[in-house]
Amino acid sequence: MNLKNILNEIESVDPEVYERLDTRRTTMHRFSFIGKTLALAAIPSALGSMFKKAYGQTASDVTDVLLFAYLLENLEAEFYKKIVSSFTAIGVPAGAPQAALTVIRDHEVAHVAFLKTVLNSMGTTPPTYSASSFDFSGAKGAGNGPFAAAFSNYGVMLAVAQTFEDTGVRAYKGQAPRLINNKTVLTAALQIHSVEARHASHIRQMRRNLTPGNLVPSGVTLQPWITLAQSGIDTGNASANAAIQMSYAGEDNTTQAGVNIVNIGGQTVAANEASEAFDEPLTKAQITAIVNPFIV
Amino acid sequence: MEMTKPTAKEDTTLLDELAQKEFNRRKFLRFSGLIGVSAVALSGAGLSGCYRDNTLTGGGDDNSVNLGSGDIGVLNYAYALEQLEAAFYTQVIATPFSGISALESEYLKDIRDHEIAHREFFKAALGSNAIAGLQVDFSSINFSSRDSVLGTAKAFEDLGVAAYNGAGRLLMSTDYLTIAGKIVSVEARHAALLRDLISNGNFADLNSLSSMGASNANGLDAAMNPPDVLAIASAYVKTKIDASNLPK
Repeated sequence: MNLKNILNEIESVDPEVYERLDTRRTTMHRFSFIGKTLALAAIPSALGSMFKKAYGQTASDVTDVLLFAYLLENLEAEFYKKIVSSFTAIGVPAGAPQAALTVIRDHEVAHVAFLKTVLNSMGTTPPTYSASSFDFSGAKGAGNGPFAAAFSNYGVMLAVAQTFEDTGVRAYKGQAPRLINNKTVLTAALQIHSVEARHASHIRQMRRNLTPGNLVPSGVTLQPWITLAQSGIDTGNASANAAIQMSYAGEDNTTQAGVNIVNIGGQTVAANEASEAFDEPLTKAQITAIVNPFIV
Repeated sequence: MEMTKPTAKEDTTLLDELAQKEFNRRKFLRFSGLIGVSAVALSGAGLSGCYRDNTLTGGGDDNSVNLGSGDIGVLNYAYALEQLEAAFYTQVIATPFSGISALESEYLKDIRDHEIAHREFFKAALGSNAIAGLQVDFSSINFSSRDSVLGTAKAFEDLGVAAYNGAGRLLMSTDYLTIAGKIVSVEARHAALLRDLISNGNFADLNSLSSMGASNANGLDAAMNPPDVLAIASAYVKTKIDASNLPK
């Protein structure tokens, strides 16, 4: 039996067969040993299950990820749209702070439009979201949640913004593996992912420059990167702090792919920097739990 | 670069074209890779799930390295870039530019440690597949000048972001895709900071990155293929880097 011929045959029907097959390690692994370890009679069923796996997950995974990203980008876009229209009420200083928030607003709005275009091109019409789809107080529509001052208090607004940006980074990171069979969408998602990280970096710098008492815990100096699992946010409300902490859980990881990063290779790398050097993903379920209070 | 400045109107067509182009490029190469994998044993040590192949990495010549192929090649590519960054920031901290502020010193030390962590991680993860240490050439950088140092740092960080964003699609292992994702967002945090140190508010000036594949209209960051990245990076590296076996 000639596997090359089989693949050539399949290619004549589906020119993307290699794209579908070559990316999943487990599939590859099975494939590479089919000829060696399986009895000849077992090959058809092995191939069948392999292709079922290859063809069965790809499209739905990609669409699911894009719809999830679309929800999160709408959340962010509506948040920043409201901010930009409420600069005075929030007390955002004119100049660099207002300009930065406007830049971020523009990017989030662009992400929404881009994702919608991609989804449409794949034959999917995403749900329609608007300002009324979200409750940025964090009360699922009641408007009286712990972040109710987000549009009237500069410190509260920036704390929510930082949490959203750091969470967005973790969300894309967690979903990227599900896109590995669609290289075009994967690359675009990575390109959005790093823009969110740039936003997070800047919002954190803005929070560093706040005067004391703006939800920055005393003694804490914010940095553009995440140290251990520290949010750098103290709302003064235990349940609100716990909600925010969900976005930083696990960021204190200092072991990557089984390699301990602290003082790695005889270099002086402290635990703080070892944790900062790698951002951590969150699962879809974890992200959903974080953003649910903000969705009506 | 493929994702450069598509207009909203053209997006559907553009994505289709990109997908088709990508398929044409990858079809043959991936097929070859498929056969290659079936012909050799999978490595069970060190890089679990990564494909060992017949391409030698490291090389016997002190002045050249071959990154290798498959996921190993992509990880060696990242290792090369992290070596460059770590060496640069090590020098920056060893010979601070005149007038460096406490804030700049704090940030640059942190970044140095992050890049060293990245470099050492790849070295450890690649094990015997790792390329040798690169010889860098920083003769074009004036380490006593703030403008030169921060400008170079910004360029390295933006290039790093573009490199990881462009390399994600070359990886076969979801584990390594996740690792790359963990690193690229930290590089993006660095890039944003350095841009802000040079000119506050430039943290995500995507228009300035359009030649590296960014699209401001779509809110997309830079993404570049390895040959394009290495063409830029090679100005700072004496060692010749052979990327010819990397996935395309």
